[in-house]
Amino acid sequence: MSDEQDEITVINAPVYLKYNFTAGKAPARYLTQLKKGVLTGQRCPKCSAVYVPPRGSCASCGVATEEEVELSDKATVESFTIVSIPIPGNPIEPPFVVANLVLDGSNISLIHLLSECVNEDVHIGQRVQGVWNPESEWDYSMNNIRYFKPIDEPDVPVEKIGTLPVTGLEG
Amino acid sequence: MKDIAIVAYQQSDSVSDAGAVNEVELIMPVLARTFEQAGLNSAQDVDFVCSGSCDYLQGAAFAFVSGVDALGAVPPIKESHVEMDAAWALYESMLKIRMGHADSALIYGFGKSSPGDLPTVLSQQLDPYYLAPLWVDSISLAALQARLMLDKGLITERDMAEVVSRSRRNAMNNPHAQLSGDISVEDVLAEETFLSPLRKADCSPISDGASAMIIATVDQAKAWGLPYVVISGIDHCIETHNLGMRDLTDSVSTRMAANHAGMNAGKVDVAELYAPFSHQELILTRALGLDKETQVNPSGGVLAGNLMMASGLSRIGEVFNRIVKGEAQRGIAHATSGPCLQHNLVTVLEKGENA
Repeated sequence: MSDEQDEITVINAPVYLKYNFTAGKAPARYLTQLKKGVLTGQRCPKCSAVYVPPRGSCASCGVATEEEVELSDKATVESFTIVSIPIPGNPIEPPFVVANLVLDGSNISLIHLLSECVNEDVHIGQRVQGVWNPESEWDYSMNNIRYFKPIDEPDVPVEKIGTLPVTGLEG
Repeated sequence: MKDIAIVAYQQSDSVSDAGAVNEVELIMPVLARTFEQAGLNSAQDVDFVCSGSCDYLQGAAFAFVSGVDALGAVPPIKESHVEMDAAWALYESMLKIRMGHADSALIYGFGKSSPGDLPTVLSQQLDPYYLAPLWVDSISLAALQARLMLDKGLITERDMAEVVSRSRRNAMNNPHAQLSGDISVEDVLAEETFLSPLRKADCSPISDGASAMIIATVDQAKAWGLPYVVISGIDHCIETHNLGMRDLTDSVSTRMAANHAGMNAGKVDVAELYAPFSHQELILTRALGLDKETQVNPSGGVLAGNLMMASGLSRIGEVFNRIVKGEAQRGIAHATSGPCLQHNLVTVLEKGENA
């Protein structure tokens, strides 16, 4: 053994901890319905906003949400971006479209992919609908919807985005 | 300088497993009861909000941010957080009021310890360089400390069992307690050791829950017309993370904090001490020089239920409750953080005019 010692500049101290993660009562209910192919939100008893996915509280009012609301898989584009750079660990090849979508019947947007579209034609107010995986593959996951795609419905005026009933613009 | 007082305090039940509820769902009912007690509607009615929690308990970075969903932060509120027990969130809130930036504050602490293996999780939470790579869990470190006390003849196992027995009996009057019962010293001593020399009964249980408090300047408390308890002193001191350099049989930092907070300026009727292990209550009682004049842990203390990141605030809340009920005129509350009572905070509470 040599008397000379290397200068130690780095040590590895990896941390492995196991947890039984609980999503929460409201998200668990949402995931259970999602496995059945149903999208559900929760309505705030104070300001009536419908949250999806629900987290059990209205973040604006700070009150518990309990009333469950069934939503459509039709949505309106509230905002979007075209991703042109690859993201580590993400199997989707750029360029692809990520969008803030407001499901009909809800007031708060969720984020999902847009596909089967011309990226350059995507616009705010555009109407889209979820493309579901085969029922046999449904799980407790938002991946049950592979992506949203444009549908042949008139655009929603900007001021009406986030206010549509579950029956959509015409309803 | 403006005097600051506590006007409301609420705690959830201490349960071994809160089940499916997430942290927001855990906090909201406690906040609702706290606002109701203070006659307020929401966090919009106080000037400042500060929370205490630990992302390691949830196993997710920035997990504490979701707690804000329970507040109703539209329009925006002034909000802060400590990655510590909420007793330190109270400390920050007092500084905010002292600086003249607020006249009132909501403080809340929450912890769901059941999802992970808490003693191991705590081994990773603090000092990441020297202690974390060794994975020494919190119970093993406490056992080393207890062994030191026993072998030096400073305490006996019977002394420790007496602490447990008194905790369980006191907890019979605490509706939120997780462990309570008419347990004798002999019952405790009959139990086999768990991590020698500790028995399971010497260790606080794993608990889920939350607690919340509203403080305000005395002027504001009077304007609200609420009974209040004055926080006449608060201080905290920390010892080195190098366990080998500390006297583990004493708690120097607790004594210093108590002196700075003015504990000895009057009689102490009640003391709520955050002692997660039975022998630590003995260390703290001696470090503070408490005698028979002082009732120690009438709630049962954290041996009856240990809400991580909330139990320090709960100790203060328990003393508040005693003074408001007229069972005490003056009391102290202690909170701790880190292995073997490393970091300690002492609060002195005194009866206000309407309490």
